Amino acid sequence: MDLRTYVIRRFILMIFVLFGIVVITFVISHVIPADPIGAILGPQASPELVEKIRREWGFDKPLHEQFVDYIFKLMKGDLGKSIRTNNPVVEDLLYFFPATIELATSAMIVAIAIGIPLGIISAVKKDKWPDHISRIFALVGVSMPVFWLGLILLFVLYYKLGIFPGPGRLDPGIPEPPRITGLITIDSLISGNFKALLNSLWHLALPSFVLGYYASASITRITRTALLEVLNQDYIKTARSKGLAERVVLFRHALRNALIPTTTVIGMTYGSLLEGAVLTETIFAWPGLGRYSTGAFLSVDFLAVMGTTLLIALIYSLANLIVDILYAFLDPRIRYA
Amino acid sequence: MHEVITLALMDYLKSEDFRITLYLVRKSPLTMLGMTLTISLILFAILAPYIAKQDPIEQDPSKRLLPPSPEHPFGTDQLGRDIFSRVIWGSRISLTIAVIVVAISFSTGTVLGIVAGYFGGKVDELLMRITDMFMAFPRLILAMAVAAALGPGIFNTVIAMAFVSWVYYARLSRASTLQVREEMFVEAARAIGASNLRILFKHILPVTISPVIVQATLDMGGAILTAAALGFLGLGVQPPTPEWGVMVSEGRRFITEQWWVSTFPGFAILLATLGFNLLGDGINDILNVRSRR
Repeated sequence: MDLRTYVIRRFILMIFVLFGIVVITFVISHVIPADPIGAILGPQASPELVEKIRREWGFDKPLHEQFVDYIFKLMKGDLGKSIRTNNPVVEDLLYFFPATIELATSAMIVAIAIGIPLGIISAVKKDKWPDHISRIFALVGVSMPVFWLGLILLFVLYYKLGIFPGPGRLDPGIPEPPRITGLITIDSLISGNFKALLNSLWHLALPSFVLGYYASASITRITRTALLEVLNQDYIKTARSKGLAERVVLFRHALRNALIPTTTVIGMTYGSLLEGAVLTETIFAWPGLGRYSTGAFLSVDFLAVMGTTLLIALIYSLANLIVDILYAFLDPRIRYA
Repeated sequence: MHEVITLALMDYLKSEDFRITLYLVRKSPLTMLGMTLTISLILFAILAPYIAKQDPIEQDPSKRLLPPSPEHPFGTDQLGRDIFSRVIWGSRISLTIAVIVVAISFSTGTVLGIVAGYFGGKVDELLMRITDMFMAFPRLILAMAVAAALGPGIFNTVIAMAFVSWVYYARLSRASTLQVREEMFVEAARAIGASNLRILFKHILPVTISPVIVQATLDMGGAILTAAALGFLGLGVQPPTPEWGVMVSEGRRFITEQWWVSTFPGFAILLATLGFNLLGDGINDILNVRSRR
């Protein structure tokens, strides 16, 4: 199978998976015991009002009709209206999404900056104390409740010591740059507002560290494993016996091949960062998808729940797809099976 | 039946196999640490009524938000409850949730996985497509969606978490089943007329189980963390139950002045999860060493 057929096949498969996800989320959110209308109107609402709202939202139709309606609207890019914010869900998602992308991307940079060097140290000093320490560091990272780490760091570094800014994307006194991409760092760069740029980067630091530390563990682990495997191979022995410096062997010969599996893990981690983002955003008052979805989940605003879940699943699947293709591209030995 | 098991266990404890395992565990300080943490957690959970002398739920307005002291080693919370007692009782909640979630997903996933792997064909294809869909979600998000739909509570938390975890066991045991189903010993069992059911559970299950056990150990840590996250977000266990995530969330309001309310339960989550992760990592290493022998 050549690369093109592989990509097309994976793409078709992804569409099936996404359809399945629509079904799963639809079933979860429509066969629920929770009563969203009751939750909004309160127990004092008259039965007529409840009935009117039910009809307005189409809840009185049979389930399969509601599903077909939803699918048709979905194909037109309409995810329905949020009961909680009274906005179209698509609009809400577009508004909250950039903040999450900004956070997740800078967290990814942190994760790579922590994970790869630690993985290398761990592999080179296998079973010695630097290895033990970096493994503990990584394991503590995956075992850490991110919402708690965020809280503690805010308490110590912002409230007690005042070296880092508090929650939010900018200091209260600094006006937001005109919204172009929704990423404050990029927007302030475009509008030449360097004060806002520096301030937003500063605000990004703590949440990115919290989220990036959590994500760095898997990168550390895969870099260590992959590098150890490569270092055992014959071509490395050859390189060493030619008398090349260890540094050259490590960075030019070994690392290149070891970073292939690391790349795929980085891609997969990006998808799962969205998960950590839900918790990090709650702590840092970050106006992103995570906070939006938590609010939607708590108030059983299920069109918004379905919309966010779908969007997250879409990003997650796309990240995995890109990773698979990249993998096949980077390593010609993979037979795209 | 009882005696047979006891005898087999005694045999195993005397065997070289067990001594090697023990040696490998002792040689790895990290695994020892993980084991210590895990065993302590289990002991805390069992002995909670004896260790925590104060009622974890009863409120005492005269003792609101007291800092740590000999009488209240972790201080008290906004309702005057002793945080140390609540953290100790919390180990019961977390451990119970994790054990039940892992037990449900382990058994469902493993059975579905080996059946699909063994029979192949349409059943297998269907199962794999279903797992694809589940894996296209970040786990916590799906668990949040299910928990939100079912409504909060300890029972629903368990269901939501099991609902999203079984796929990993199904995948793993399917993959190992595929590897062994053409082996001679399966062929031999078939030749002497063993039923499919017997082959599956007597011959295939025992040899495919070890990677699944590693997954289960690591999952225990993950389950404690997820349950705490759901509790923290308000979608899981509800107050006044002394659940660690709920406790961190309740302490958020007081973090600036009364840091102890959130800090200690958070530490408990970290240590409990870390214990299982260290242990799972260690078991993984040991199984790898053993398979290389």
